[in-house]
Amino acid sequence: MIALLLRDLNLAVRAGGGFGLALAFFLIVVVLVPFGVGPDSAILSAIAPGILWVGALLACLLSLDRIFALDHEDGSLDLLATAPIPLEGVVAMKAAAHWVTTGLPLTLAAPGLGMLLSLEPDAFGWQMLSLALGTPALSMIGTFGAALTVGLKRGGLLLSLLVLPLYVPTLIFGAELVARGADGMATATPLMMLAAITLATVALLPFAAAAAIRINLR
Amino acid sequence: MELTVENLACARGGVPVLEGVSFTLKAGQALLLRGPNGIGKTTLLRTLAGLQPALEGRVSVPPETMAYAAHADGLKATLTVTENLAFWARIFGQRGLGSALEDFNLTDLAHRQAQNLSAGQKRRLGLARLLVTGRPIWVLDEPTVSLDVASVALFGQAVKRHLQGGGAALIATHIDLGFQAEELDVTPFKAVPRQMDDFDEAFV
Repeated sequence: MIALLLRDLNLAVRAGGGFGLALAFFLIVVVLVPFGVGPDSAILSAIAPGILWVGALLACLLSLDRIFALDHEDGSLDLLATAPIPLEGVVAMKAAAHWVTTGLPLTLAAPGLGMLLSLEPDAFGWQMLSLALGTPALSMIGTFGAALTVGLKRGGLLLSLLVLPLYVPTLIFGAELVARGADGMATATPLMMLAAITLATVALLPFAAAAAIRINLR
Repeated sequence: MELTVENLACARGGVPVLEGVSFTLKAGQALLLRGPNGIGKTTLLRTLAGLQPALEGRVSVPPETMAYAAHADGLKATLTVTENLAFWARIFGQRGLGSALEDFNLTDLAHRQAQNLSAGQKRRLGLARLLVTGRPIWVLDEPTVSLDVASVALFGQAVKRHLQGGGAALIATHIDLGFQAEELDVTPFKAVPRQMDDFDEAFV
């Protein structure tokens, strides 16, 4: 299974692999917002946690349809389904590869971009923590959505519609965690909710996604 | 190690295509599936490979013994020939590539990216993958598409070596592969057109 993770990471950094796509999109969103909203740092710092989270979420969404579509087109998915590794493991590795190529770079870039949005200095740590905790759930839910739409040509719109509602809890608790952290309020509740969502998706969705792929391959 | 198929029926897109298919494939044996386009050879092979459920009947085969090769080769365009093979070898828990490159005359292309291969070269790479799976029963769907005469001969030799080594092969093909093998024409097993009575079954 590690071989699959390494192959996907390897493919992502080669030509046309899509590594950096999410990061570039995130950067564009965050750089454009101050132009749109105006340079008032009070307003910017108030909306910064939300903008960073919405930006990360949309950036994540951008690369979801690649997760299984490419493997389905070239026949790899059929072969992986008949390989000795369980399909649940394939799904988990795909989600992990997606997180390493999107969620992780977004998390690491967040403090630098937070500065552009006048994010409170106290909140930098919370921003990184919330993204580090929340983005694995985004990748896992997205992988599930990609598994549901794997047989469809140009299923990107359907995928977004399926996945966006499922992203909402992560978004709410993620942004809430940063906002509370910035204001110095108690953060335990959103922190634990965010961690719970991530753990639940990682525990349950590989099985659901594998079942969806089995049906779509028929 | 034996593949036994009893009274198998399979469907494609909710419509039954074949029914009552029975045969046995023993170690050292090759069986060629014949039949016109659209008769259901691919559907039969996908059912045997476990990619779709059988409508009725039974397939008995020891677990983890089948290597399936479809029309698509499962190659990644930006990986080299060696990287593609090494990936599948690791997925199937094998060490090294053995003689896979030599057997399919890919040694000179070892470091070329798959996107720069010709259709026939890609097909050879797809077939070389079978050798690195280390599995005894090959289930192949039209393996010689886009191969030239010399490459078909290479493939024939690879299958012969595989059979001598105690393997077995089930091959859907329209051409003469250059070795003696039993043939199974699936045309007589064509399913009588019938409506699937269960909507849900037809849907999935």
